[in-house]
Amino acid sequence: MTTTDIETDPPRKRVAAWRLLLSNPVTVASVLILLLIVVVALVGGWLAPYGINETNVANALQPPNGRHWLGTDDLGRDILSRILVATQVSLRVAVVSVAIALAAGLLVGVVAGYLRGRIDTVLMRVVDVMFAFPVLLLAMAIVAVLGPGLTTTMLAIGVVYTPIFARVARAATLSVAVEPFVQVSRTMGTGNGYILGRHVLPNIAGTMIVQTSLSLAFALLAEAALSFLGLGVQPPQPSWGRMLFDAQGFLGQAWWMSVFPGAAIFVTVLAFNLAGDGLRDVLDPKQRTMLEARRNR
Amino acid sequence: MTTPALSVRDLAVRIGRTRIVDDVSFDVHPGQTLGLVGESGSGKSMTVLAATGLLDAPGAVVTGSSRLALGDVELVGAGERTMRRVHGKTVGFVFQDPSTSLNPLLTLERQITESLQTHRGLTRRTARARAAELLDAVGIPDPDSRLDGYPHQLSGGQRQRVMIAIALACDPQVLIADEPTTALDVTTQSQIIDLVRALQHDMGTAVVWISHDLGVIGQVADDVTVLQKGRAVEQASIMEVYDTPRHSYTRQLLEARPLLGATAPPPAVTDPDVLLTVSNLDVRFTVGSPGGRRTIHAVDDVSFRIDRGSTLGLVGESGSGKSTVAAALTGLVVPHAGQADIAGTDIFTVKRRDVKALRRRIGMVFQDPFSSLNSRNTVGTAIAEPLRVHRRADGSSARRFEVGRLLELVGLPSAFATRYPHELSGGQRQRVSIARALAVEPELLILDESTASLDVSVQAKILGLLQRLQRELNLTYLFIAHDLAVVQQMSHDVLVMQNGRAVEYRPAPELFADPADEYTRRLLDAVPPQRPRAGDVA
Amino acid sequence: MTGRPRSLPAPVAAFVRNTTVRFLTRRLIYSAVVLAGVMVVVFSLVHLVPGDPIRIALGTRYNPEAYEALKVASGLDKPLWRQFFAYFGNAVTGDLGVSFRNGSPVTVNLLDRLPATASLAGIGLVIALLISLPAGIWSALHEGRFSDAIVRISSQFGVSIPDFWMGMLLITLFSSMLGWFPSSGYTAFTEDPVQWLRHVTLPAVTVGIVAGAIMTRYIRAAVLEVVAMGYVRTAKSKGLEPAVVTFRHIVRNSLIPVLTIAGIQLATILGGVIVVEVVFAWPGLGRLVFDSVAARDYPMIQGAVLLIAALFLLINLIVDVLYAVVDPRIRLS
Repeated sequence: MTTTDIETDPPRKRVAAWRLLLSNPVTVASVLILLLIVVVALVGGWLAPYGINETNVANALQPPNGRHWLGTDDLGRDILSRILVATQVSLRVAVVSVAIALAAGLLVGVVAGYLRGRIDTVLMRVVDVMFAFPVLLLAMAIVAVLGPGLTTTMLAIGVVYTPIFARVARAATLSVAVEPFVQVSRTMGTGNGYILGRHVLPNIAGTMIVQTSLSLAFALLAEAALSFLGLGVQPPQPSWGRMLFDAQGFLGQAWWMSVFPGAAIFVTVLAFNLAGDGLRDVLDPKQRTMLEARRNR
Repeated sequence: MTTPALSVRDLAVRIGRTRIVDDVSFDVHPGQTLGLVGESGSGKSMTVLAATGLLDAPGAVVTGSSRLALGDVELVGAGERTMRRVHGKTVGFVFQDPSTSLNPLLTLERQITESLQTHRGLTRRTARARAAELLDAVGIPDPDSRLDGYPHQLSGGQRQRVMIAIALACDPQVLIADEPTTALDVTTQSQIIDLVRALQHDMGTAVVWISHDLGVIGQVADDVTVLQKGRAVEQASIMEVYDTPRHSYTRQLLEARPLLGATAPPPAVTDPDVLLTVSNLDVRFTVGSPGGRRTIHAVDDVSFRIDRGSTLGLVGESGSGKSTVAAALTGLVVPHAGQADIAGTDIFTVKRRDVKALRRRIGMVFQDPFSSLNSRNTVGTAIAEPLRVHRRADGSSARRFEVGRLLELVGLPSAFATRYPHELSGGQRQRVSIARALAVEPELLILDESTASLDVSVQAKILGLLQRLQRELNLTYLFIAHDLAVVQQMSHDVLVMQNGRAVEYRPAPELFADPADEYTRRLLDAVPPQRPRAGDVA
Repeated sequence: MTGRPRSLPAPVAAFVRNTTVRFLTRRLIYSAVVLAGVMVVVFSLVHLVPGDPIRIALGTRYNPEAYEALKVASGLDKPLWRQFFAYFGNAVTGDLGVSFRNGSPVTVNLLDRLPATASLAGIGLVIALLISLPAGIWSALHEGRFSDAIVRISSQFGVSIPDFWMGMLLITLFSSMLGWFPSSGYTAFTEDPVQWLRHVTLPAVTVGIVAGAIMTRYIRAAVLEVVAMGYVRTAKSKGLEPAVVTFRHIVRNSLIPVLTIAGIQLATILGGVIVVEVVFAWPGLGRLVFDSVAARDYPMIQGAVLLIAALFLLINLIVDVLYAVVDPRIRLS
């Protein structure tokens, strides 16, 4: 039994995912910016030159200058300090709410996509119902009911983004479940636990990582919008969205009050989006943007 | 000798530093067919697409020459305007997959008349009349009303006929047929071959026919160019290639080719006991479509039995229900009715707690070597999965030893256990799939088109391996295939299926010698014969 | 397969078997099921309020008589299941209850605000399509080239801009600094078309640019999928003019997924409109929701949420009808 009459195709080497990732300068830049933002979130309080609630009416509405690089607001508070400190709460809301959505959506999606049948139909109808509401409207309604604040904001954003994760996870699970290697496992009598853990989850992980990165961007925008509407992060805790809300009355007099906090949101969201795109190219070239838009009929 | 309609000289295609096509030259003469044959990766499609200016590969550099006799046009390096005047007018194309090569949103009339209006400047009415003529010529019944229909209303074979009508609309000098029958069933394939030959005879078209299948090439070609890794290793008339192949690769292709009547398996053990009995199997599916749900009767009252140590060949075209039989036996679908008994255990009514033990007794190997293995697990993990599930060879060192033994059993070095599937060739992967199926010593092994995606030379080796394993381990096979020659080579008994029903079920030698059913005869007639067709005429 | 209904006259039987009719019937039933689910969610909202919604709504205006009056008026005194069926039945007939805040029927308030929101969302969608159709198609047809990179990066920028911030920037620039457009307010089209246009421009541009950026990405992906199809190669092999290949075979076929995208994006636009309406003090549904949330006017919030979700389902039903018109695979299978 020693005859090894193997075919002579040369083995094809696969390039490691992180190498591909690093070959894209846009992705590298966005990941570096994200790292910087995370550092700011962790040590923002120390970097801030002024206290976030140090009011000084005599010093109100100062344009950017040597002492206040990004100017001051209508109460004389330093805008740079408030932006730096607000980084943490924005990231925290985004991460916690996406974690909620990922956990719930993954569970629902994998169960529906793997078990199929009536459970699938019922779960997907529920998801369809959730999809009928514009995301922000549903989040507003939930916050309105439960009362404004940090916890309800995280919960609301988590709930409204769950259906997207559920749908993406279901689609990915469906496509893995019909793969011959899963079918082989089933014919061998392999249990569902082994199949899900060893075959399905590792093969949908890439898709879920990409969705998570992109959802962090959406969640940041949603938090900013809720805070802007006065429903999210509550004063005296500073948040980017709330700073924009405060800036509304001063659009003509103090452009710096709206430009800089908005730019902070914009740059962070952009970095998450670009990083997500780079990840998609590497981890999941098959999954085009269509996946998010496609409905199941 | 006539002037060649298309003359290709020293054609080369480079992408980056790799030469995909390496100095290939050939001529195609009016009324003649050049067969371009080679296995996957030989560069046969790329050669022809590059020669006709339809290559659409980013970064590809084409050098050499490709001249059309009509108007003395050089195609390599020609501008887009020149190409557009040639495409559809002087050169027509038929591609492999008829399910995607027609536009689903346009009527057939529109798709056929497009090139007539562009190149001939016909009015809509005359173009429609010509389109109806063409549909009639390619054998579409009721052509005039069909013109207002859409591609999804046609079968795969009919769509390929429409593609041929489109390609021949402007009466081109050259027809490029790129694997035009590969996606079709064998009976449809032979109809398309006859159709192209008849049309070529009438119109005097020069045809370049690309195929991986020497049998098909033998049916259509006058001259043959054999490509291997982008090089033309042999160029001769079809008779010379068959009778006196000069290059070793050509000989290898010819020998590896499964042939009807060539070999039969050694007889199974005498006085055997019955391993599997299937009676009155009936499987139905419900499928959703835009218009609502429909029930498909996939398997309709099928019965058979397999003796221990023997092989039952299950033959049929796509949609015949042959794979559904395998799915029912392995628990992937729940049958509507019927019994199946494997050595005293009823497969369909087995108790929940006995299901796992049952799964151990029936192994399965699928068609596609690339998706049968999880790309994220090593070969060793894949083979160890059934060992873990059924608690054979407990403990990691015992498992490692067993995995090594299984790899060697299927002719692979035991060191392959640490490799990932993407590091293996198609044939090696299929060996791993076989090793995995054998890990828990199944009594019955179901092989569902297990060699159909492999190149012929690899297929021959895998078939040899399966026969050796059957002898050595006294295995019982349910061998599912569409290729009658392969089935004959492997099977002791044969069951022919059509539209979910068993049309003929007999010992293999009898069936192949004297097919009783009309459908079986059609299948056998459609198999490309051993000798090239050109031999009949000469 | 169920046989054809035996007792039906032939034309009716043909109608029942017609695939378009069956497709649309299925979609209609599906939409009704989802709408029922939407109603359950909307109904549950008010019952998730921790504590007594009426007490919370009355706030400092609380007194026992007002409490009882509001409780009876809103039906919250009845058992839960009766409340649900009452809500369901009333909603179907167009009665969405009365506002906690001003006591007027919710339906009247909503219909009052609908035109402002519809015009803003509609013009926003038109602007979004004007941006995204050419940009998405162009960049897909020039995949990997410089112009594609420009479109991709600009659309990433557009997707990442918070819409309310963009509105504020536009106000700063075009109202406060240049004085070209008013920063807020609304004039009905029927009253004064010129003023209406001046007022609608900035908010509609805000909505349109953000939605246009998202749609550009989807349209690009949709066109790329079609470009890779076999029939595009067939079209090229016929020697057709590039414009014919592009428009008849590529763009035409990618319009089917674009239809879906536009339908779904209209929902995103409806969501985005809420914040933009707040920025520009636009008296639409979004502004109404915002004010109602602040006032804890639960019937009004419920009504607005239900109306917007129902509009979304209606739009997507219309998309399905268009599907059946455009795609022969549904029309004749």
